[in-house]
Amino acid sequence: MADAPKPLLHVEHLCKEFPVESGLIASHMKNARKVHAVNDVSFDIMPGETFGLVGESGCGKSTTGRCIMRLTEPTSGLVEFEGKDVGKMNKRELKALRRDMQFIFQDPYASLNPRMTIGEIISEPLIIHNVMPNADERIAFVRELLDVVGLNPEHINRYPHEFSGGQRQRVGIARAFALRPKLIICDEPVSALDVSIQAQVLNLLTDLQKEYGTAYLFIAHDLSVVQHISDRVAVMYLGSMMEYSDWRSLYAEPCHPYTQSLLSAVPIPDPDVQHSRKRIILKGDPPSPIEPPSGCLFHTRCPIAQARCSSETPQLREIAPGHFCSCHFAEPNPIKDASIEL
Amino acid sequence: MSDNTTQPAGEQAVEQAQAKEFSAAPSRTLWGDAFQRLRRNKLAVAGAIWIILMVIIAISADLWVPQTLGNPTQTDSTTMASMSRLPPSLEHPFGTDTLGRDVLCRVIYGARISLAVGVLATAISTLIGLVMGALAAYNGGIWDTIIMRFADIFLAFPYTLFVIAMLAVIGPGIQNVFIAIGVLGWPSIARVFRSAILSVKENDYVDAARAMGASDARIIVRHIFPNSVASIVVYATMNIGGAILTESALSFLGMGVVPPDPSWGIMIQDGQTYLATQPWLMIMPGIAILTTVLAFTLLGDGLRDALDVKMKDA
Repeated sequence: MADAPKPLLHVEHLCKEFPVESGLIASHMKNARKVHAVNDVSFDIMPGETFGLVGESGCGKSTTGRCIMRLTEPTSGLVEFEGKDVGKMNKRELKALRRDMQFIFQDPYASLNPRMTIGEIISEPLIIHNVMPNADERIAFVRELLDVVGLNPEHINRYPHEFSGGQRQRVGIARAFALRPKLIICDEPVSALDVSIQAQVLNLLTDLQKEYGTAYLFIAHDLSVVQHISDRVAVMYLGSMMEYSDWRSLYAEPCHPYTQSLLSAVPIPDPDVQHSRKRIILKGDPPSPIEPPSGCLFHTRCPIAQARCSSETPQLREIAPGHFCSCHFAEPNPIKDASIEL
Repeated sequence: MSDNTTQPAGEQAVEQAQAKEFSAAPSRTLWGDAFQRLRRNKLAVAGAIWIILMVIIAISADLWVPQTLGNPTQTDSTTMASMSRLPPSLEHPFGTDTLGRDVLCRVIYGARISLAVGVLATAISTLIGLVMGALAAYNGGIWDTIIMRFADIFLAFPYTLFVIAMLAVIGPGIQNVFIAIGVLGWPSIARVFRSAILSVKENDYVDAARAMGASDARIIVRHIFPNSVASIVVYATMNIGGAILTESALSFLGMGVVPPDPSWGIMIQDGQTYLATQPWLMIMPGIAILTTVLAFTLLGDGLRDALDVKMKDA
């Protein structure tokens, strides 16, 4: 990938561990137990593209997003934004970074300060970065932005509790776009919304991307949502990357048994297909990230696991151009007796 | 409601209809909402009215009390014997005390001291408590441990005994009562504020502010403080009642206000000898303490309900 165009964001071997034991002494012991929230995750995001990150809850996808922005300090690994090492940035560089990188939160109720009007909320990034020192100019800009995200500019002086979930999420989006960032990390921006509103918010995000050329790191637990919006998709399980590829080949030919089982759970809006296809139902719960299984992390629940899987950790390898998979038996649709049509 | 519409177009229409509805109604602030809710709580309103009345009477006392009810501290030795311990009458609504002073007059001047102690001592505790609580919660780690263990040590002593011990060292007198009650009251406020900050800090909007590059000072002033101050308002209001009680107890024990200055505690102490024969000497200041402390408690209770952000019915 040396001659490829320069990525906007480059993540390499990112790891994050949380201590399980609290307290001054216990957490600093050498053998203290840790939650391996993010385990050796690497990927690139190109300018203007949407990179989807999926996985079930607790698999470390949100932590990955937070580590990239340094809302959570990563334990190890490299995060580069436009070639600059984010981990080594001092306070001033970090502030500059946060002009170019923004965050959209999952919960539209918790992410807006209930004591501020939406005008104050949206103009806060402008004030912090001193983009528009003139207050009148700023208000005009915020009104315009409200209009862009589909809210009534007259509501600039209302408080968040006067809005519905979908409207609040639009406020969150307006706030993220106020500084025209190059990358927005969307941490499950629609999973707290009703399905009818989800589509609207996703369309809004796509429209804004077209207009401003923003890149998205789109975190979700719902493959159908990610499919809607992403150029490339990565699947995470227990803090590790299982498979990633452009979404067409991932959906058409999932090479990892975990991806395949996830896809089989996506409902298809055709009752005939929905009845005839075979669903792959994984047994049990994900293992504890405190003591992850040996070898392949997925082998405890994998329908095609063999002896080798519990001893040897599979590496992420390129099985087709741009299609990476970490399974010893990576091939299109590895679980044979289940067909998935999308 | 609008979220259940299946068709985006219909949804849009509903949202627009909602929008119209919104622009028709005046926008309310959260504090405005809280005030509306408080107004509907009759007990809290009664408490507030009582407190306001007490404050007005106490502040304006110099203008009308000496002319009608006499001097609260000085005694006229010529009439003292004939005026001593008269029962309540039109001329002396609360009766007179042993030295012939009007009890109502002394209750009114006692209110000055009680309210001043309540407000000032609470202000001192709140100030120290806010700083300590904020330091502990925001910095966490070793700061948190040191400050909170220190607070635990303070709280481990019986409060009144601790205040008495401190007054024994710095001596009685009204200023020292302010200081003792104020300085020793901070640990509980610090605890309340610390836990309020800790819960507010977990909110996504604090992360959002950090993600947009806000400084620590900005995060505290704009995001954390406005959302955690409600619990302090409630706690401080109730604490005023507590401080008034403590002051009365101290004066009753002779550790607080020095005679002849009037204080409700001293008046009860003076009156207790005559409880069987001239009960008004003790009952009148007792009622004053009871109603004032109750008023602050009721108001605090009402504020707690009114300031709860989760209640959005208004």
